[in-house]
Amino acid sequence: MKVTFPHMGNMSIAIKGLLTDLGLEVVPPPPITKKTITLGVRHSPEFACFPLKINMGNFIEALDEGANTIVMAGGTGPCRFGYYAQVQREILLDLGYDFEMIVLEPPQGQLSELTDKLKELCGERSWPHIMRALHNAWRKVKAMDAIHARSLQVRPRELQKGDTTRAYEQALQLLDEARTPAATSACLRQGLELLNKVPVQHDKEVLRIGIIGEIYMVLEPFANLQMEKVLGEMGVEVDRSIYLSHWIKEHLVLSSIGLKGSKDTKKAAAPYLQHFVGGHGWESVGDTVRYARRGFDGVVHILPFTCTPEIVAQSILPTVSREQGIPLISFSLDEQSGEAGFRTRLEAFLDLLKQRKTQEKLG
Amino acid sequence: MSVTVGIPRALLYYHYYPGWEAFFRALGAEVIVSDETTKAILDQGVRDAVDEACLPVKLYLGHLANLRDKKVDCIFAPRIVSVERKKYLCPKFLGLPEMARFCVDNLPEMLDVEINVHQKYQETHKGLLKLASRFGQPAAKAREALAAAKKAQEQYEAKLRQGYTPRDILEKRTEPAGGGNVRVAVMGHAYNLNDSYISMNLLARLREMGVDVVTSEMLRPQEIKRGTHSLQKDIFWTFGKELMGAALHLHEQGEIQGMVLVASFGCGPDSLVCEMVERVYKRAKKIPVLLLTIDEHTGEAGVVTRLEAFVDMLRWREAI
Ligand code: SF4
Repeated sequence: MKVTFPHMGNMSIAIKGLLTDLGLEVVPPPPITKKTITLGVRHSPEFACFPLKINMGNFIEALDEGANTIVMAGGTGPCRFGYYAQVQREILLDLGYDFEMIVLEPPQGQLSELTDKLKELCGERSWPHIMRALHNAWRKVKAMDAIHARSLQVRPRELQKGDTTRAYEQALQLLDEARTPAATSACLRQGLELLNKVPVQHDKEVLRIGIIGEIYMVLEPFANLQMEKVLGEMGVEVDRSIYLSHWIKEHLVLSSIGLKGSKDTKKAAAPYLQHFVGGHGWESVGDTVRYARRGFDGVVHILPFTCTPEIVAQSILPTVSREQGIPLISFSLDEQSGEAGFRTRLEAFLDLLKQRKTQEKLG
Repeated sequence: MSVTVGIPRALLYYHYYPGWEAFFRALGAEVIVSDETTKAILDQGVRDAVDEACLPVKLYLGHLANLRDKKVDCIFAPRIVSVERKKYLCPKFLGLPEMARFCVDNLPEMLDVEINVHQKYQETHKGLLKLASRFGQPAAKAREALAAAKKAQEQYEAKLRQGYTPRDILEKRTEPAGGGNVRVAVMGHAYNLNDSYISMNLLARLREMGVDVVTSEMLRPQEIKRGTHSLQKDIFWTFGKELMGAALHLHEQGEIQGMVLVASFGCGPDSLVCEMVERVYKRAKKIPVLLLTIDEHTGEAGVVTRLEAFVDMLRWREAI
């Protein structure tokens, strides 16, 4: 069994580690490039959302490199994501690939649906062995998230453009190699130190912007045109509303026992949206309210073109932004989004935020 | 004077109007439906909606504005989350009351009861009784209204299964059409197929060409269920499941000569469901498929030409 999986931000580091610890041969998909996107787009339904298309590109490239088993997450709806794997499987079969697809998702009926699939993956390994592997992977996810959060604070203040990104990548590299929970913790400390050593201007005035939206688009830099890095290097401290660790907790763990979304976010969203709408639509509304309350200068909303839950949010967010007094810009992205237009809109948005800030100061 | 309740002639109107109408009538309200779709109604909806919204949602917003302009006292705009176990409607239905409120200005009171059969069956029932109590009737009356709604809805659905389209029944046509010499499945959301403006009169046109039309409403639930049996994973959208089940069932039975698949531009679920259906049909190469994607710019002439060519092709295949 040669296992592969889709990319989503840094997730590959944790998944690769996990599958290797489970004794599997892993063929991670090659890093996402223009070619990945082209392949994915060519073999996906025209009106499918962008994440599905990128996944397809990953799968095709990994199968071409010899993978024969795909591990993919699923879901119980109502967002399209829950049905990705089914469609992707059919397309890949029609393309003539020979492979197995293992879909991990909250069980529809009995819990055994899920454990059977895990068994299929883990083969003869004992439960304690599996638990240890899961434990290390979970630590890694949390460590990556911590390092990421720190990098977002350092980057806008760095003296030398690019230093933060270099330190950040080095830190991830360390984590990638950590084989035990203890090693992971040590690498986390080292990684944070690397970031803390980046020369910065401490008293620099920075704008603070929250990023909200659909999780894949927020987490995958190739899909969001490196939004966080671009903003950071323009001197903006970015706060990310979603991390991989939240997603695992909510999507894979809590939702299988019937819980969804954080209480605070729901409460904050209530005057504008009173019901979950699949995906992260509800959170997008709630998080915007919370960023306003926390005194952020603005919010950037990222969604894949035609994403159903986020379109609900998009219909509501202009009102939220007006009533809560926080400027908001929405980027709906897919394979056709050009970098140029994106930068111009982003710069104009930052100008607006700066002006507002100066005006506030003048009183 | 009795209270006027407005019901938009869009989205779930084609699924549930008879039940809704019976419910409000039983409560002594006057029911007012928005006008048939016109260009003006659609344009209004397009202006009010965010660009990326799908065509049916844009149209729904246009119908809300139409009801507002008719000065109804309130509008029935339920949040329909789920109508059966383990199934949802599309995310847009889950946030419909808010999309309406924040996109369309100056709406009257919105009756936005939540229907969620999967997770909140009891609450749904209570919610409906509470809604009924807003019409100032005693509790017994509310229960009567629910019973009346159920009965009207059941009669409606039974009639659909005799081969009537929702539009046939809502317009009180009594003869089921049909009897044409080619049988074609027309698969798509009822709110697209039955809106003669945005579907460019698709169903009527096909019938005029002598086509015997089958839609998913005409099939029995068991048939739809049988159709979905071959799927590895059940589809969690009610309408997606119906489309898929009907399409696969008809494909297996081989009683149709062709299929017209109608997807609305910007529809999330359709982008996957229609893809799967098309793949199944194409693999077997037994039954030709015509895919129509409709949006607010679709030209009527082009569609008509493609339909005619498709039907001609089917007849020709039959002849040889
Ligand atoms: S199912 Fe499709 S057409 Fe219907 S509301 Fe959802 S996205 Fe729009």
